Amino acid sequence: MGDILSAAVNIAFNGLAYAMVLYLISVGLSVTMGLMGFVNLAHGVFAMAGGYVVTSLMKDQGLPFPWALVGATLTVAAASIPVERLLYRRFYGGDELDQVLLTIGLVFMSVAGATFIWGPLQQPLQPPAWLTGPVDLGFQRFPAYRSFLILCGAALVTALWLSVERTRFGARVRAAVDNLRMAQSVGIDTSRLFMATFALGSGLAGLGGALGADLLAVNPGYALQNLIYFLIVVAVGGLGSIRGPFFAALLIGIADTASKYLAPEFGAFFIYALTMAVLLWRPSGLFGRA
Amino acid sequence: MFRKLMVALVAAVASLPAPLLAQTVKVGLINSYNGFVSQVADQGQKGTDLYFKEHEKDLPPGVKIELLKRDDTSNPEVGKRLAQELITRDHVQLLTGIVLSPVATAVAPLTAEAKVPLVISYAAAGVTIPRLSPYVVRVTFTLWQESYPMGKWAAEQGWKTAYTAVTDFIAGHDAEAAFTRAFTDAGGKMIGADRFPPANPDFTPFVHRIKDAKPDVAFIFVPGGTQATAMIRAMNDIGLREAGINIAAPQDLLPDEELPNMGDLPLGLITSGTYSAAGKRPANEAFLAAWKRAYGEKSVPDFFSVDGWDGMAMIFDLVKATKGKFTADEAMTFFSHWQNPDSPRGPIAIDPVTRDIIQNVYIRRVEKVDGKLANVEIATIPMLKDPWKELNPPK
Repeated sequence: MGDILSAAVNIAFNGLAYAMVLYLISVGLSVTMGLMGFVNLAHGVFAMAGGYVVTSLMKDQGLPFPWALVGATLTVAAASIPVERLLYRRFYGGDELDQVLLTIGLVFMSVAGATFIWGPLQQPLQPPAWLTGPVDLGFQRFPAYRSFLILCGAALVTALWLSVERTRFGARVRAAVDNLRMAQSVGIDTSRLFMATFALGSGLAGLGGALGADLLAVNPGYALQNLIYFLIVVAVGGLGSIRGPFFAALLIGIADTASKYLAPEFGAFFIYALTMAVLLWRPSGLFGRA
Repeated sequence: MFRKLMVALVAAVASLPAPLLAQTVKVGLINSYNGFVSQVADQGQKGTDLYFKEHEKDLPPGVKIELLKRDDTSNPEVGKRLAQELITRDHVQLLTGIVLSPVATAVAPLTAEAKVPLVISYAAAGVTIPRLSPYVVRVTFTLWQESYPMGKWAAEQGWKTAYTAVTDFIAGHDAEAAFTRAFTDAGGKMIGADRFPPANPDFTPFVHRIKDAKPDVAFIFVPGGTQATAMIRAMNDIGLREAGINIAAPQDLLPDEELPNMGDLPLGLITSGTYSAAGKRPANEAFLAAWKRAYGEKSVPDFFSVDGWDGMAMIFDLVKATKGKFTADEAMTFFSHWQNPDSPRGPIAIDPVTRDIIQNVYIRRVEKVDGKLANVEIATIPMLKDPWKELNPPK
C-alpha cells in the first residue's frame, strides 16, 4: 500500500513539475492564437532561446541562477518585439497556410542558427548548489529543483490569472479575444495590445524554457522536438484561454509521467490517445469556445 | 618521333626515385557531428585528429594520408549513402570512424561488396558487426567486453537481485544482455529491465521505478555525454544510492570529460571500462600531454578519444609498412594481426579470428585525485576477448 501511495505521490509531483514548464511555454501560444488568430509554430523558438540565454549567462557571465532567469525572460521578451513588428503583424488575419510556412521556416532557421552559435551539443543547466539534491518533507523526499519549479510555476500562474482577471490590461486582452472589432471600436489600441501580449507570451515562454532546461534539453532541435507537446496543450486546453492550457498542461504532464513510470514500453502512446479522446469529446478543447 | 619521345618520357618517370612520386592514401571518415551522439562523436574525432597531427611527420617521404570527413547526422541511411559516395566517387582505399552502431551495421555490407576495409574507431555496440563483412575491423571495444565483467563483479559482491535500465538502442541492448547473462549465470536474479528513449530523456520517472523495485544493484547504461550527468543528477535527486541500491555501470555513465560537471555526486561509484584518463601508464601521460597542448588545459579526453587515436594509429602503421600501396586483402591481413603493447589504454591487439579487439578491462572507482574527480583503476581483467563471441562461436 505504501508503495502504491509513494508511486502516486511521485507521479503527481513530477507530473506537476513538467506541467508547470509546459504551461509557461504554451500559454503565450494559446493567447496569440486566440487573440491574433495567428498560428505561431515558431513559439518554441522563444522557449529554446530562454534556455540558451540562461545557460550562457550562467556559464559565460557567471551570473547567479535567479538573475540569469530574469535576464533570459527579459531578453526573450525584448527580442520578440521586433519579430512581431517586422514579421508577424503582416500576416495577422491572413492565410493560415502563409502563417504556417513563415513560422515553420523560422523554426528551421532557429535550428541552423542555434547550431551555428552554440554548436550541436545539448547545453546542460547546472542548477546552484541550493537547488540540487533532495529536500525532505518528513513523509517523502523530493528533488529540490523540481520543488522549486513547482513553486515558481504556481506563483507565476497566480500572477498571470490575477493580471488577466483583475487588471485593466487583462480586461483589454479579454475584450479583444472575445470580439476584436468591438474592442477596436470602443477605442482599444489593439496593435499595441498585440505587441504587449506577444512580448508577454514570448517572455513567459523564455522563462519556461529557462526554468525547464533541466526537463526539456536545450539543443538546436528544441523547437521542433517539443512543438507537438506545445500544440497538444493548446489544442486540448482551447484557444485564447488562460485557464484551458493550465488544465491541459496538468493533464498532459501527469499522464506523460504516469505512462513513463507505469508502462515505459509504450512511449508517448497514452498522450496521443488522451489527446484524441479529449478532442473527440470536445473538438475545441476543454475550455475553448465552439 | 613522338612515340619515341613518349617511351623515353615514361622510362624517365618510371626510373625516378620513389619519394618524388606522391602517394596519397584516401581515407573516408564518417562520424555523427550532429544528432544525439554528437558529443561523443566530437570526443572521438579529437582523438583521431590528434594522432594525425602528431604523427603526420612520421609518414614515409612522399606518402600522404587524406582524410575525407563526412557527417552522417546520426542517421544510418545517410551514413550508408555517404559510404557509397566515398567508395564510388571519391575512390577511398579505407573507411573509418563511425560512432553510431546502426550506421556501422548499414555500412558493413557495402565494405564486403566493394572490398574496402572499414576500421570502426568510435562505435562499440552491435556485437556481431565484424561478422557482417570480412572487411570490418573494430578497434574500440564491445559492450559485452565492458558490461559482462560488471555482471560477474556484481554477483561477486554478494548481490542477489538486479535491475537494468538502458538507453533503447543497440548499445543499450548489448549492455543489458551482457550484464544479464553474466549476473544470472553467477546465480543472480533479474527483477526488472527498463529502456529509455535515446534523445534527451527525462530520467526521473525511470529512476523512481528502480528505487521502488528495491534491487540490490541497478545496472545503468546511458550513451555518455550530458546524458551521463543528467542521469547522475537524477539518481542523486531521488536518493537512489541513499536507499541502499548499489550502482553498476560501464564507463559510459562516467566519461572522464563529464566528471567535472557532476560535482561530488558520483564519488565512490564503480564502473568497468577500457580507458580512464587517470590511468597510470607512460603512454597515457604522453597522450594526455599532447591532448592538453592541442585542446587546452581544461579539456579532458575519454575512451572515445583513445579509440579514435588507436584507430588512426592502426591506419598509419599500415601506410608506413606498405608505403601507401596495399590491396584491400593485404590491409585486412595487416589489421587482423595488428597490435600495440603500449596504447594509452594499455596493451591492445586485434583478434585475427573475430577482428575485434583484445584488451584490458579495468574496474574503476570514482575518487578525488588532487581535488578533482577521477576514475581510478582498482582492478584489471587482463587481455579480455569479446565474451559474446566466446559464448557464441560461429556455426
